Amino acid sequence: MQTSKVKPGELTTEGEPTHNNVIRSGEIVCQEVTKHFPENSRPAVDHVSFKVAAGDLVVLLGPSGCGKTTLLKMINRLYEPDQGQIWIGKEDIQTLPVNQLRRQIGYAIQQVGLFPHMTIWRNIAIVPRLLGWDEEKINMRCNLLLELVGLSPTYLGRYPRQLSGGEQQRVGLARALAADPQILLMDEPFAAVDAINRERLQSELLIIHRKLHKTILFVTHDVEEAFRLADKIIILKDGQLIQYGTPVEIVVKPENEFVAELVGSNNLLRKLSLFDVQSLLEAKQYERHNSFSKASFTSIQPQENLRTALSMLLESGAEQLHVVDNKGKSHGVITFQDLHRLLFEQFTSPAAELE
Amino acid sequence: MSYFFSNFSYVMQLFGQHLRMTLIVLFISLLISIPLGILVVRVRWLHGPVLSILGVIYTIPSLSLFVLLLPLFGLGLKPAIIALVAYAQLLLVRNWVIGLTSVDKAVLDAARGMGMSSWQRFIQIEFPLALPMLLAGTRLATLSTIGIGTIAAFINAGGLGVLLFQGVITSNYDKIVTGSIAVSALAIATNYLLRFFERRADLVIRGDAK
Ligand SMILES: Nc1ncnc2c1ncn2[C@@H]1O[C@H](COP(=O)(O)OP(=O)(O)O)[C@@H](O)[C@H]1O
Ligand SMILES: [Mg+2]
Repeated sequence: MQTSKVKPGELTTEGEPTHNNVIRSGEIVCQEVTKHFPENSRPAVDHVSFKVAAGDLVVLLGPSGCGKTTLLKMINRLYEPDQGQIWIGKEDIQTLPVNQLRRQIGYAIQQVGLFPHMTIWRNIAIVPRLLGWDEEKINMRCNLLLELVGLSPTYLGRYPRQLSGGEQQRVGLARALAADPQILLMDEPFAAVDAINRERLQSELLIIHRKLHKTILFVTHDVEEAFRLADKIIILKDGQLIQYGTPVEIVVKPENEFVAELVGSNNLLRKLSLFDVQSLLEAKQYERHNSFSKASFTSIQPQENLRTALSMLLESGAEQLHVVDNKGKSHGVITFQDLHRLLFEQFTSPAAELE
Repeated sequence: MSYFFSNFSYVMQLFGQHLRMTLIVLFISLLISIPLGILVVRVRWLHGPVLSILGVIYTIPSLSLFVLLLPLFGLGLKPAIIALVAYAQLLLVRNWVIGLTSVDKAVLDAARGMGMSSWQRFIQIEFPLALPMLLAGTRLATLSTIGIGTIAAFINAGGLGVLLFQGVITSNYDKIVTGSIAVSALAIATNYLLRFFERRADLVIRGDAK
């Protein structure tokens, strides 16, 4: 795996004429959105309302059959809602030309759906070609995107069949990003990938999200995945929105027994395992008191989860752990106190500040 | 085989007639079955009735169908072509429909989600991915046309069937053998050629083409 050397500026296409863009914002608003398939007794999506801020990575989480895919497909109008409205920025998506809308929203699915008879180049080039980009620009874009998703440009001439599942999913992601959309819809994109590759893909998605600031709506039924990725989580059950909040809020203040059960709020160790060291540091950062003692020698990497941190604290008997990334850079310290406060909600969370 | 060598140009003329008849039938058949197949796939409830009707037509004995068409179209090539086109529909439509419906749903979902219009999806995705099945149907329909086409000589449509009928009437075995070999040669060559295209198309959709 190569880490990407792409600079953020190269990945946006600012030179594009914007007059034919139907989407000018990354903000998504759903209001009372309902979809009832005639063959089912209850609606697949039932009066769901929420707002996703531009640039947020929001995870739709819930058990299989709870309406995640249906909700996602209404945002690029693969399904039309029976009731309610969806806006992107100030535009009601019903008023936008449907194919224009879809070309400006990236879409990646679990089965990837690469076109088997086309090379990787052709697959990625689909939307840019629909938008009438010239060949040279598409070539540059393809090379950049492959680098971004960690594949060598030699893959451009290959066919999907010649790639592993994880590699195909990377191409799927590159294809979704091809025309530099402001919004990405991802439906369980990593569910069919093996555990090791799934973790890599998750980290890479986070890196890409930090670089590109796309609004990402990410569907999953995997609680760990949701907590690893999400800025905010929407919990769905039987087509209804049960809770919408940051991972910390959801763990600390589960709306009901269903959510508590789902995220395992009753189990402290399980709760800790849902957060990584980095997220604790970020929570602490809002308080600006980083007592940093040189005496701490036990170190931990930022991406480790807090359950590991706890066991390291217990094993070493140290008061605090020194957070050091794999390049040796220090990120601060975490203590027993911090873990306790995270679990029992004594941090002023960034979400709490917004309210 | 002495008949073949002494009547070389006559046999070749009949061979040419047979080939021409087959090509005309193939052309018209495809012109009908491609849109018909698309219609059947888009309008689901048509599937059962259309394929049943084509199935029934396919089971009518060829001699009776030719004779049934006599009062309407008289003798000659025209009623022969109509009958052969009717026969070819079952094999063509059935294969084409299977090809179209077996295109991976995830692939079509992705194509729709990326904003390809239905025409773009058809041309760039569905048609190429269903092509091997269409070609397989075309090959079967062509072979069946070549075979049944021999009977068309009975209503004065010409072709290699002429040798067979004349041979039977005059008990000229040499003529029957010549006719049979010529028909087989045409069928085998056609099979080989169409098979080649079919394999190519198959490699292309599997992403293996060089
Ligand atoms: N195209 C459809 N036709 C009829 N029912 C559907 C369709 N798609 C989904 N459903 C039903 O809607 C409900 C929600 O499905 P879905 O959105 O796929 O759930 P999830 O993605 O959360 O697993 C399920 O009960 C499913 O059977
Ligand atoms: Mg789903």
